Amino acid sequence: MVTKVAPISGWGRYPVEPCELERPERYADLRPFEGGLIVRGQGRSYGDASLNENGRVLLTERVNRLLELDAEKGILRAEAGVTLAEALDVIVPKGWFLPVTPGTKFVSLGGCVAADVHGKNHHCDGSFGDHVLEMEMILADGRRMLCSPAEKPALFWATVGGMGLTGIIGEVALKLTPVQSGHMMVRHHSADNLEQLFQLLEDPATDDRYTVAWLDSLATGQHLGRGIAMFGHHASREELPSGMESSSKPKRSHSIPFDFPAFALNSLSIGAFNALYYSREGRKREPFLSGYDPYFYPLDAIGNWNRLYGKRGFMQYQCVIPGSAAFEGIKTVLEKLSGSRRPSFLAVLKRFGAQGKGLLSFPMAGYTLALDLPIRDEGLFDLLAELDKVVLKHGGRVYLAKDARLSAESFRAMYPRYNDWLKIKKAADPKNIFSSNLSRRLKIAEEAA
Amino acid sequence: MSQAVLILGATSAIARATAAAFARQGYALYLASRDVDELRRIAADLQLRYGVEVRHGVFDAEATATHEAFFQSVVKAMPALHGMVLAFGFLGDQMAARDFKLGEKIIAANFTGAASILSHCANYFEPLKRGFIIGISSVAGDRGRQSNYVYGAAKGALSLYLQGLRNRLFASGVRVITIKPGFVDTAMTYGLPGLFLVASPQDIGARIVRSLDKPADVVYLPWFWRYIMLIIRHIPEPVFKRLKL
Repeated sequence: MVTKVAPISGWGRYPVEPCELERPERYADLRPFEGGLIVRGQGRSYGDASLNENGRVLLTERVNRLLELDAEKGILRAEAGVTLAEALDVIVPKGWFLPVTPGTKFVSLGGCVAADVHGKNHHCDGSFGDHVLEMEMILADGRRMLCSPAEKPALFWATVGGMGLTGIIGEVALKLTPVQSGHMMVRHHSADNLEQLFQLLEDPATDDRYTVAWLDSLATGQHLGRGIAMFGHHASREELPSGMESSSKPKRSHSIPFDFPAFALNSLSIGAFNALYYSREGRKREPFLSGYDPYFYPLDAIGNWNRLYGKRGFMQYQCVIPGSAAFEGIKTVLEKLSGSRRPSFLAVLKRFGAQGKGLLSFPMAGYTLALDLPIRDEGLFDLLAELDKVVLKHGGRVYLAKDARLSAESFRAMYPRYNDWLKIKKAADPKNIFSSNLSRRLKIAEEAA
Repeated sequence: MSQAVLILGATSAIARATAAAFARQGYALYLASRDVDELRRIAADLQLRYGVEVRHGVFDAEATATHEAFFQSVVKAMPALHGMVLAFGFLGDQMAARDFKLGEKIIAANFTGAASILSHCANYFEPLKRGFIIGISSVAGDRGRQSNYVYGAAKGALSLYLQGLRNRLFASGVRVITIKPGFVDTAMTYGLPGLFLVASPQDIGARIVRSLDKPADVVYLPWFWRYIMLIIRHIPEPVFKRLKL
């Protein structure tokens, strides 16, 4: 098949590497390539997970057919290149919703499995992989194989969260969540500091199926960690005002047409935004209705929002700190961040439920913090390496789907199930055909046999 | 019963997008090509996304002896057949000009096969005095160039055939439209050097369906290819033969 050499990057636009792109249009053309490859869906991982410098990258964007919807049982079967947006268009009118969704719907099903993505409902419903009933994989030797939690469970749980390194994910069967409308019932509570915010997120009285907190990353001192906890659930029929349509129509979206200059996002502009957002959103104490699109995917309304960070790109640093150490750990991370005078445009805090079965999956019971940081200079890398130490000290880990700079040593310390995973990887792909910039940076599968 | 459209060569990116654009308007579909597995996938997808009836069957453009039976089976499955889109095509490679065996396949797929199935379609629609035939030809058929003149000749012949067919079927009220796409971002062109102004298959598909509501008989897609080809067709031959195109 004809390939095209082009520089590509993840969503953070760092790093950018020349790759040999192959874009099949037929399912039968989803095949491993002897010389090594990585699969790329929508390229929405932030760092280098979908890059293969000077090597083959298999694009699944055209192998995106919806295959079957069991509208009684709520089971969707589709090719892995299908995006969540495409799935939602079909399932919501039939009374179903995605069991788990990340903050953008422009991701592929295959990518959701490979990164074992989580959503605002992790504390209730677990991560994406928990709802995958079955998948068809295409292995390193070209064999097609069905795997599920019952059939080939080892390969299944090595692939869930396995960053595409165990084989090509061809088809996915997903168990959906029933909903009575396309609307969300939402409540906001503001908290003046981090301690209050943690209390809000832990309180069973305020808890809901979906919870997340927005943080004012520039607040310091006694206001460190001030923010807004947001709670929501799918609105029931009774909660809709009479005459309201049960489906919600997405609004027209806008797009960022050019790279913003690097200085556009600075402490002043972000500070002004944060103050405004805090006072405006914090006032919404009474429950209100929201369409599922603005609720789950606020940033999808702005196409190419990654261009706001300028040409050099940005990093999202997402870590989780488990159990009782979470408060101290998150507090230390935020202190180091505000001490560094590096404004984060977006800072999001969320409570996680129990760790799942995916051997390289990110979530674990505790709190996760995500920060968007523009790349201005090398100093950012030093700061993040320092944050890694804090995270490690508190027994946490960094999310690989967002990462472009974690060290191989830190990775091994953060992912204790890596050795179990490696055995399965070596059995399924002994020649390490599935490899990426991320896997080489983390020296994955480079251990002597 | 909703009106049905037959799509021949239904597994290409342009055909898939055209089928989707018809389905969005509520047309039922009959998809045909050689690749049964792909047909099954595309049919399931269109049915789920647009909620229309989608059937599929095997069709081999080069096996002209099978065309009559094939077309009858389509009519049987889809009594409300209202139109067809001829979307199959085969680019072949550069060597086709030197090796007739390769060239013969290009001519068989792009022209002979097309002429065969078009005759069955035309004979069906003519007495009914309704329906449409959309043939996807190519700008490559507008002038012979050293880089792909076998393909160009086959597509040029198809354009002429459609022109004659249009003339014949005008009296019966059957619409015949010739589509001439320029560069489209498909597997056929992916990674080829020297392409410019490449259109998306979705855009082309939507415009193919919209061409039914417009008076033009020959439609360049996107529109500016009409002018690019106007210039190319008018370069005097003594000059043209010296160009490396």
